[in-house]
Amino acid sequence: MHEDLNWAIGGEAGDGIDSTGKIFAQALSRAGRHVFTSKDFASRIRGGYTAYKVRTSVDKVRSVVDRLDILIALTERTVDENLDELHDGSVIIYDGERTEFSDFEAPDDVTGLDVPLKSLAEDAGGAIMRNIVALGAVCEVAGFPIENLDESLEKKFGGKGEKIVENNKEAARLGADYVTEEFDLAFDFDLETTDNDYVLLNGDEAIGMGAIAAGCKFYAGYPITPATDVMTYLKGRIENFGGHVVQAEDELAAINMALGAARAGARSMTATSGPGIDLMTETFGLVATSETPLVITNVMRSGPSTGMPTKQEQGDLNQMLYGGHGEIPRFVLAPTTVAECFWKTIEAFNLAEKYQTPVYLTADLAMAVTEQTFDPETFDMDAVEIDRGKVVDEDDISKWQNEKDQFKPHAVTADGVSPRAFPGTEGGVHMSTGLEHDELGRRTEDVDVRVEQVDKRQQKVTTAEEEEDFSYREFGNPDSDNLVISWGSNEGTLIEAMDYLDQEDVDVRLLSVPYIFPRPDLTEDVEEAEDVVVVECNATGQFADLVEHDTLTRVKRVNKYNGVQFKADELAEDIQEELA
Amino acid sequence: MSSNVRFTDFKSDKQPTWCPGCGDFGTMNGMMKALANTGNSPDDTFVVAGIGCSGKIGTYMRSYALHGVHGRALPVGTGVKLANPDLEVMVAGGDGDGYSIGVGHFIHAVRRNIDITYVVMDNRIYGLTKGQASPTSRSDFETATTPEGSKQPPVNPLALALSAGGSFIAQSFSSHAQRHTEIIEEAIEHDGFSLVNTFSPCVTFNDVDTYDYFRDSLVDLGGDDADYDPSDREQAKDKILDSEKEYMGVLYQDDDVQSYEQAHGVEGNMADIDTDGAPDGAMDLVREFY
Ligand SMILES: Cc1ncc(C[n+]2csc(CCOP(=O)(O)OP(=O)(O)O)c2C)c(N)n1
Ligand code: SF4
Repeated sequence: MHEDLNWAIGGEAGDGIDSTGKIFAQALSRAGRHVFTSKDFASRIRGGYTAYKVRTSVDKVRSVVDRLDILIALTERTVDENLDELHDGSVIIYDGERTEFSDFEAPDDVTGLDVPLKSLAEDAGGAIMRNIVALGAVCEVAGFPIENLDESLEKKFGGKGEKIVENNKEAARLGADYVTEEFDLAFDFDLETTDNDYVLLNGDEAIGMGAIAAGCKFYAGYPITPATDVMTYLKGRIENFGGHVVQAEDELAAINMALGAARAGARSMTATSGPGIDLMTETFGLVATSETPLVITNVMRSGPSTGMPTKQEQGDLNQMLYGGHGEIPRFVLAPTTVAECFWKTIEAFNLAEKYQTPVYLTADLAMAVTEQTFDPETFDMDAVEIDRGKVVDEDDISKWQNEKDQFKPHAVTADGVSPRAFPGTEGGVHMSTGLEHDELGRRTEDVDVRVEQVDKRQQKVTTAEEEEDFSYREFGNPDSDNLVISWGSNEGTLIEAMDYLDQEDVDVRLLSVPYIFPRPDLTEDVEEAEDVVVVECNATGQFADLVEHDTLTRVKRVNKYNGVQFKADELAEDIQEELA
Repeated sequence: MSSNVRFTDFKSDKQPTWCPGCGDFGTMNGMMKALANTGNSPDDTFVVAGIGCSGKIGTYMRSYALHGVHGRALPVGTGVKLANPDLEVMVAGGDGDGYSIGVGHFIHAVRRNIDITYVVMDNRIYGLTKGQASPTSRSDFETATTPEGSKQPPVNPLALALSAGGSFIAQSFSSHAQRHTEIIEEAIEHDGFSLVNTFSPCVTFNDVDTYDYFRDSLVDLGGDDADYDPSDREQAKDKILDSEKEYMGVLYQDDDVQSYEQAHGVEGNMADIDTDGAPDGAMDLVREFY
């Protein structure tokens, strides 16, 4: 019996792979099991191979693995694509009427179960339910009580009427019964349920939820994989909290709309991926110069140019750090888990408003589209704190006016942060501009004022470094000589990789860094360690370069840039090699 | 809104650096008067400006304002208006700003029908960059970048707006002070997107589209004794596509379509948020993921 089970459904895009996978993942989560999902998808909507993978365990699961125990193969290609993940004891469920098992060149001890998915679905009320028949069959094979599917089916099909829900439940039962009756086999799986309550969500959803929790009311975006889910999540929800989502005509418009809303006083956000970030870079400078609080989410995918839209990469770090002409103060936050996507989004809004700067919030594709289970308390709304920074109202405004009663939106202060007056505030009238300006916001080329304003904007970063806790998350053996540093979604995989390393008697200290700029000072940690390895999903080691720059020490690098996220065992091997 | 606002309250103490005689003076005066006449105050007005000589308007007017990047003023205005629909939002810029680099945003702002007033100071030239062809320049107009003329037909912004479903399409002339003010007032009062293409001559770089030219050739459709009906779309189309004559006044107005804000139920001021923590009911968001 395996500690955890890896299940997948694969077929052509358009086969309903995602929704079927999601139904199963939700059923597991509701049954008190931990779940980690991943998607294999092509950027075509029809004709491309796609798969939805679910890893489940009673214990927390944090990454994908190279092993498949049960596979629903709606096409032959599904088997080909997953061949090296099948092992002795794996089970493939297929429909002989559509897929020929003889064509599979599967390992000998893989069991193929020919289940007439389509016919059984028709018996239950329609061929469209064949995936649900397959799910029923999976429940039987996996030893997972089929009742657990019911609630997921209700959630998925409830809107279509009671009859449809009942038909789907029936379809699942027909699938399960078929396995019991037709195959005299004992399977080696037993998915026990627990009383634990979990929620299941992905990084994009966590960012959207974090935005609403933070009081964000305005979102403008332009669809792009893999950031679109943020917009999809907010649409239909943010309105319940007095907000609004605009699908803009392009990213230039999106960021400018978000900027406008922020200047009107709203907590405002846009989200995009690499190509969109390029387009937004023009306005990014205006956001910084006009000292407008704005959260810009970059869900990274593989670049450059259109690159590989549906594939994992962490290649935009330099773009976020250095993008834009001139010198621009900014924050770059990079949550390291799905749960952190929620909390860092809230922090991003607070930082943006406290320091009146643009904040890049970046997730990578692997985290954005990956669902994970969490204790609902992980997203404790009572713990959310809101800091709007130096907003002034009618009563305070006179403190920030000059002798002509003109408001100074760019007043030079010790901490670099000026007062903010929302439009409508009496006495707060002012203009703002992308041109270099004086304290009133008026264009200037005065050499002293220029230097004063540049210093003022830069001072905000220094202040933030003093006032905020830009620290790292630490795992493993704190006294180990082997230091591993990572950022973004690699954290979960590294935590699991440490188990593999443990078996080889290799211990490591892992620092997972959620702040790219400003970032924690790693000098001491690096100096104390014997070997330092920086792990990231890009070719050149952009974060490793920063570590070297900060610590003046050479570090080792583990990089992956084929479009696929790290897997724990593979990562363990790579790290061990670097440490040797 | 205070009722005793005078138009000079909308004037900043910054002296314009426009060339003496530039059409932009008249355009801006009309905007300030129209704002005051329609009962707005600087505290409740937001002016978004583009880039160009025209874009400097945000500096010379007194209101909440943003002077953005080239061509993107309309999206900024859109964001401001949606975040706080109580604000009077005016967007201003040049023909290059609005119909060249920003033409995509223009079309979409028109079709969204967001309730903002867009004043384009159309001088048929690039002023600030010192005299290159603009999208509204005549095809035979010689400039530094088009020594033999552009040999391309000019953009017809009114036609673009009409085809995109524009609900208020007007043309004005900066030196007809009173008519100009009236037209902008009507634009402000219209619930939806209002385009006011305003001829605003560049006395330094354009010796073709001059004050005299507009004074002599423009046909006013409005005014006291006109019998033009701006709600007649066919008639508006004929005027807008007329290649012989140019018109001023409100060429087309449709009062029946909903503004974007009305259609989407956007009303509250989004600046108001709960600073004690997450908004009420936020825990329901988590429960959805069970
Ligand atoms: C992205 C970008 N490209 C080019 C420019 C240079 N530029 C400044 S103003 C301008 C043209 C302005 O023409 P118009 O909008 O007609 O305004 P006018 O100066 O005639 O009032 C250009 C091209 C710029 N500021 N930004
Ligand atoms: S260059 Fe032309 S548009 Fe610019 S200020 Fe002078 S007259 Fe006006």
